[in-house]
Amino acid sequence: MTSQTKRMEVTLESIIDSVDLAEDITVRVAEAAGFGDEDRHRIGMSVREGVINAVTYGNRQNREKKVFLTLELDPGRLVIRILDQGDGFVLADVPDPLAEENLLKSSGRGILLMKAFMDEFDVTRGPTGGAELTLVKRMSAPG
Amino acid sequence: MSFKATAREISGITVVDVTGRITLGEGSAMLREMVRDMMTKGQLKIILNLGDVTYIDSSGIGELVSGFTTVKNHGGELKLLNLTKKVHDLLQITKLYTVFDVHNDEGSALGSFHA
Repeated sequence: MTSQTKRMEVTLESIIDSVDLAEDITVRVAEAAGFGDEDRHRIGMSVREGVINAVTYGNRQNREKKVFLTLELDPGRLVIRILDQGDGFVLADVPDPLAEENLLKSSGRGILLMKAFMDEFDVTRGPTGGAELTLVKRMSAPG
Repeated sequence: MSFKATAREISGITVVDVTGRITLGEGSAMLREMVRDMMTKGQLKIILNLGDVTYIDSSGIGELVSGFTTVKNHGGELKLLNLTKKVHDLLQITKLYTVFDVHNDEGSALGSFHA
């Protein structure tokens, strides 16, 4: 984190309404940072998918548990972290939604979309044990 | 804009004009209910017109897939009409573009059903 980094931390309840709230906050930050329409949509949807994961699969909508959303605006890029208080998971263990046998499943596409829409995506074990998603979007150089 | 679906009947085919968002906690559950209701009524030829869908997330995509398989399991067909660029892109990324029968005009969608 450089001295030019702007950082925002938001603590979210483990409820479905937090999904819209997290997306809304992130899209506003992305807009203020100068990201274009298409990138804002991709960033917003990625945060939406990440918070859905945290609320429903990580914290299992347990009201005692929180989701921690951190937005760091570095020069030229937005770094987003979404931390839950669940059991955590290993990215390599997540079934591939593009595999023939999974194509018609009704869930399991969130990580695929985050990977597709962001420049960097990773899952690690958070300091308190849950899953921490890190999503990075770089700002395109002016045309 | 919140989810809204209006059904109309053309020659035994149900065309559902969907507007707004198909997302977790908003349109997804309503879409599921709507498909279930159509199965109960024996409406097995369905076109979902998604031209005015403003937003869809993975939950909404999952609900489209779920609707597709539900209708198929009842011996019917569910087709998609008028995808916006964002929905089209999502179906490409998820490889579902090859699963759904997608049409760009209503006439072609109606004509694609077997008698």
